[in-house]
Amino acid sequence: MGTMAHEPAPCTIKSPVVLQVGDVRTELGRPGVAVIDVMLPHSQTIDLQEIAFKNYYTAFLSLRVLRQSTTDSGDENPSKWITCLRNYCLMPNPHTEEGSQDYFSVSRHQMLCDMDRVAAIRLILRQPSPVWLHFSIEELQLFPGGQKSPQKGFPAWLSCPSQEQPASLHDGLPDAHKASSEVQQMWVLTEMLQADQPAARIGRFDVDGCYDLNLLSYT
Amino acid sequence: MLGQDGGLSLTIAQLVQRLKASGLHSQLERQARLSLHRPDIKLESLKEDIKGFLKASGWEKKLQNAVYSELSVFPSPCHPSAPPEHIKESLAYMRKAQGNWEKRILKSLNSMCTELGIPLAQKRSVNEQKELLNKWNEMGTDEPDLSLFRPVYAPKDFLEVLMNLRNPNYENSEQPSFRNHLGLIQVPLKVKDIPELKEYFSELDLNTGQLDIDDSAEVPPELFENEHVRIGQKVLAEQDSAAAQQYVRQGCPTSLRAELWALILNVSNQPEDVLYYEQLKSNVILHDLLVDSLIYKDVKLTASNDDYYFVFEDYLYQVLLCFSRDTSVLQHFAYNSAIPPKSYIRGKLGMEEYAVFYPPNGVIPFHGFSMYVAPLCFLYHEPSKLYQIFREIYVRYFFRLHSISSHPSGIVSLCLLFETLLQTHLPQLFYHLREIGAQPLRISFKWMVRAFSGYLATDQLLLLWDRILGYSSLEVLAVLAAAVFAFRAVNLMEATSLAAAEAVLADLSTLKVMPLLQIFLFATGT
Repeated sequence: MGTMAHEPAPCTIKSPVVLQVGDVRTELGRPGVAVIDVMLPHSQTIDLQEIAFKNYYTAFLSLRVLRQSTTDSGDENPSKWITCLRNYCLMPNPHTEEGSQDYFSVSRHQMLCDMDRVAAIRLILRQPSPVWLHFSIEELQLFPGGQKSPQKGFPAWLSCPSQEQPASLHDGLPDAHKASSEVQQMWVLTEMLQADQPAARIGRFDVDGCYDLNLLSYT
Repeated sequence: MLGQDGGLSLTIAQLVQRLKASGLHSQLERQARLSLHRPDIKLESLKEDIKGFLKASGWEKKLQNAVYSELSVFPSPCHPSAPPEHIKESLAYMRKAQGNWEKRILKSLNSMCTELGIPLAQKRSVNEQKELLNKWNEMGTDEPDLSLFRPVYAPKDFLEVLMNLRNPNYENSEQPSFRNHLGLIQVPLKVKDIPELKEYFSELDLNTGQLDIDDSAEVPPELFENEHVRIGQKVLAEQDSAAAQQYVRQGCPTSLRAELWALILNVSNQPEDVLYYEQLKSNVILHDLLVDSLIYKDVKLTASNDDYYFVFEDYLYQVLLCFSRDTSVLQHFAYNSAIPPKSYIRGKLGMEEYAVFYPPNGVIPFHGFSMYVAPLCFLYHEPSKLYQIFREIYVRYFFRLHSISSHPSGIVSLCLLFETLLQTHLPQLFYHLREIGAQPLRISFKWMVRAFSGYLATDQLLLLWDRILGYSSLEVLAVLAAAVFAFRAVNLMEATSLAAAEAVLADLSTLKVMPLLQIFLFATGT
């Protein structure tokens, strides 16, 4: 939550590597899996709060992170790869467009493990449908944990964990107490927004009484 | 957990902000202030008492309806990183196709201006203004020479564009393969299949009573009708938009339709709405626009030639001319894939502070546009109310019938839904028509673009539009189009050319909408 308040962490996104059975040049079938590695500069680590990205025809996303172990006892191999998101559905029907170019974010409460002291991230993209020429993800951003701004958040449908997907449509209304406390918050927020309230409809389309036009503009 | 609340609060924040700019907000405030003089409002329980008063006096219901209306019109808040164009249309190639299509329209309009030597817009002289004001209620008697004007485009031109729509990331090889669609639409959108449609339109099933259907010979239809009218009156008395929307799924009794639709669309025709309409009217009087001639021409070519609608010619001019001047229509471009055309005040080309939208509402009418208004003239006789209902229906539904988008109610999805339904339901018929060069969509496209207006008998059309409002979806248009083909399947199988197939489907005015829909969705063994 609250990603807009702070900056994404600097990171290096490597170009995707596709997994292909047989020779890439001669094989007729298209690859169904691609892997993107994301490195943090200067062997830093971050406490990952959230990742955000724009999809491009990826149907399922898995995430693995390389976490630095807490033990400072000086073990020789303290870091290990852990799967923190498994086949998160981005396109509910992989043969059709739905979700294919949408924006997504996955925050830490949806992950399967703790997201502190992350040193590297590996994204595993899957597209079982052969109808698409390419698939990838774009505009990838990692957001570190830190101060939160309580008013800004993501819509529910963006962050419902993969296990309980469209079923949540039938869950009915949200908890009334929660909602009402949210409403209270909103009143405060809207009081703040009031300063830049747009004027109610005025309905004027002329400029200083003039609406004499010759041709339409192409730009 | 956090995300869910976050989404809800974002929606609430947007809603509150929009409602604060509305007239309802100030009315509520005024009512609350006035209520202070009432003896039953006590200082010690002020907040609760005022709440109670607003509830008892029906203002709470009005607020509820306004919230419901906002929720039905505006899309739920998008991902914070999504740019505005992504909210308009999420698929980049669709946005591009829409942009190219708009450019074609602009060019065509500009060349018309140049050829005829007339400007897009100019102020009317005082005499012209007086003249127009005098004949406001009989504009139809005017016979201006419009032979040089031509409609900017007709549904046929638009279909050509949709047929050529391709996803550049999709395997579109020329050789036929399982990936090529057999119909005209080649984009891989998700459309509902029959089981999904059955669930979606569950209130239309064979066991639910529908107006205009006699279910059995033993039970007189009045039994259901009388009960249905009684419930309808109750819904109206409650003044609840959501209840009205649910109710009309089984059809509106003719006597209640006008009020029920107004309730669903949250149109109340308050004095300020009448004032707003008068203001639009004065803007029509003041400025002469090129699109006015297009509107004239369209009404003359369509509604004036229609047996049902020719009597409403004057109403149509009034509504459509006012519509073109209504800048509040511009708001719908936040969720419409189209971009309103732009121009500059004469002599100020390229200066951003003199940039304006053209026409003021951003909508360029095409051939058949006036048919969206015509059926409404049967329901509303007061121009300002007729106008508001039309505007509301347009910015909720009908704009989707001529914008390229991936929305389930968008014309592309409707075309694909129609073709897929026909192919699954009647593969032989689909194959036959395709073989004789009569692609079914070539025949049904114009029905859908016009929402069947001008093709069905009026009572049937209104029963169909009941379902558009009831389900907030245009998908029923594609289902009906497929159902019409199914109904005429035997004759169509005998056709040997496009012309012959068209002849079989030339007259839909005798068809009954509800039985066709029910048989197609629920009574065929799938």
